[in-house]
Amino acid sequence: MSKTVVSTSIKSFFTSKKNSQGFFPVFINNLKRDKLALIGVILLIFFIGVGIFADFIAPYEPRERHYNEEGKIRRLEAPSKDHWFGTTDVGRDIFSQVVLGTKTALTVGILAALLVTLVGATVGIIAGYSGGVVDAVLMRIVDFFYAIPFIPFVIILSAVLKPSIWNIILAVSLLSWRTVARLVRSQVLSIAKRPFIKAAKVAGASHSRIMVKYILPNVIPLILLEMAFMVNFAIMAEASIAFLGFGDPQKPSWGQILHINFVTGNSRSAWWWTATPGLAIVLLLLSIFFITRALEEVVDPRLRRR
Amino acid sequence: MLGFIMKRIFTMVIMILLVSTMIFFLFRTMPGDPTAFIVDPSIPKEARDQLLERYGLNDSLWKQYTIFLKDLVRLDFGNSFFYGRPVTVIIKDLIPATLILMFTAMLFAYIIGILGGAWMAWKRGTKLESFGITISLIFRSAPSFWVGLMMILIFAVRLKWFPGQGMRTSGYTGETFREIFLTLDFLKHLILPSIVAGLYFVATPLLIMRNSMLEVLSEDYIEMAHAKGLKESKILYRHAARNALLPVITAGALFIGSAMGGLVLIEYVFSWPGLGREIQRAVVRHDYPLAQGAFIIIASLVMFMNLVADVLYVILDPRISYK
Repeated sequence: MSKTVVSTSIKSFFTSKKNSQGFFPVFINNLKRDKLALIGVILLIFFIGVGIFADFIAPYEPRERHYNEEGKIRRLEAPSKDHWFGTTDVGRDIFSQVVLGTKTALTVGILAALLVTLVGATVGIIAGYSGGVVDAVLMRIVDFFYAIPFIPFVIILSAVLKPSIWNIILAVSLLSWRTVARLVRSQVLSIAKRPFIKAAKVAGASHSRIMVKYILPNVIPLILLEMAFMVNFAIMAEASIAFLGFGDPQKPSWGQILHINFVTGNSRSAWWWTATPGLAIVLLLLSIFFITRALEEVVDPRLRRR
Repeated sequence: MLGFIMKRIFTMVIMILLVSTMIFFLFRTMPGDPTAFIVDPSIPKEARDQLLERYGLNDSLWKQYTIFLKDLVRLDFGNSFFYGRPVTVIIKDLIPATLILMFTAMLFAYIIGILGGAWMAWKRGTKLESFGITISLIFRSAPSFWVGLMMILIFAVRLKWFPGQGMRTSGYTGETFREIFLTLDFLKHLILPSIVAGLYFVATPLLIMRNSMLEVLSEDYIEMAHAKGLKESKILYRHAARNALLPVITAGALFIGSAMGGLVLIEYVFSWPGLGREIQRAVVRHDYPLAQGAFIIIASLVMFMNLVADVLYVILDPRISYK
């Protein structure tokens, strides 16, 4: 099971010319019809751009205090030309904080989603393909992780570990791979029964070769779809944890902006401070939801509209 | 049937034990002084040594674990550092508040979700349906705590329609369950948080109901109903919706777990004196016995509700065998 086998099987999957209904052609086709999905792609590209160039876009340091002409701190000022999203109770620029928060949200979302789908897909494929004892044991482990309520567990975990985005990524991954594992397994179960898998076995292919070369390409659409959902889930989780006050103090994030806003009691008056980070979360998550809807149609042909 | 329920209860007890064991070792294997998690480090040394002895913290990990299990069976989670009272007593007072908020929100979400989902399936392919889906996705993309903050800002602070904080007006004291929960004041406080929680929950039943309705609507008996010339609304709600309900209920079972998590945030935003807000405060205050106890109770509640949903599912669908 070499790396090249994986890469060629994945490559053949993406560039598949054998049937005109390949993965990306269908997806691009959907984008042309589905305006919401197109809006989603444009919004996501916008957010990724903001995330990558956050340090250049943010006009000020996030913790810098701003003073007006009379030398007084610009406390709780509504949006203006200098401060697009207004200022905080200690005169910090909210626009800069929101821009830098994009970077944190995307980092957590993408890394956690990669980790979750990697673990989940591996467990799912092995469980579904092996069956028997291996399957039973792996699925009991999955059941165990289903029994742990997410947010309360993360709160406990943050008492034990130091607050950092790496620990948030760890916590999200620890409790979310189960969903992917279960979904991938059920699809592998049906794939493993198909004739071409039997043919491969008869031809003498090893188990690892069958799993990587024949089963994996067939579950990749599902994995990609789940990965998109997981990005959303991880971003929401990071925001929630930071909002509860267990976020990474070093990294400005949307949840953290709202946490300070809430704890200082300004969420009841400074609407610009409350509304802007929340809107950023909604728009980013919505863009990914719109894309997943188009992805879903690719994965499940029954959803395709004629 | 009884056998099935017994088996499910047995699995649940095993799971609660496993989750508690995980929490036990999580707290004991952490870096630093693990005794700080059982005995308040700020109290005088003699008293501290006495307590360490009492809790058996000088013993081996294995012996501590057996003591922990014994206490768990007796529902003894020790004393809260902050309140100085037994954790069990504190938690017992918090459970009704959490459950009432949760069920009100669930009821709200399920009524809207089921009726709306059926209606959306009926209108499939139209502009109204895409509008409905977009709205529900917006509420799913919006963090519940942020919707809560905005609702408080608009409806409690600006419009002053509802109170936006706590469970009753400050100064009001009630002793019995009736005095606390069966008052108009309590209902007023319940409205905003349950709407916010309900909006957050609604996408799940709504979308599942829609998909399940789409499948049911293509069945023969629906065509038969059409042929009989029944009214559309009657076919929709009397014939189709009843049969499309099942997947909504099963999904509800798995959904309760995440609902509980979302509730922690809503309780926190609305200063709702429930389990979720208390676990957050306990961790901030380093009140570990309370955090540990609250976590085990929340996990058990979630598992118990999953069990109820499983049993309900079997009762509702005679096609499912429960062996």
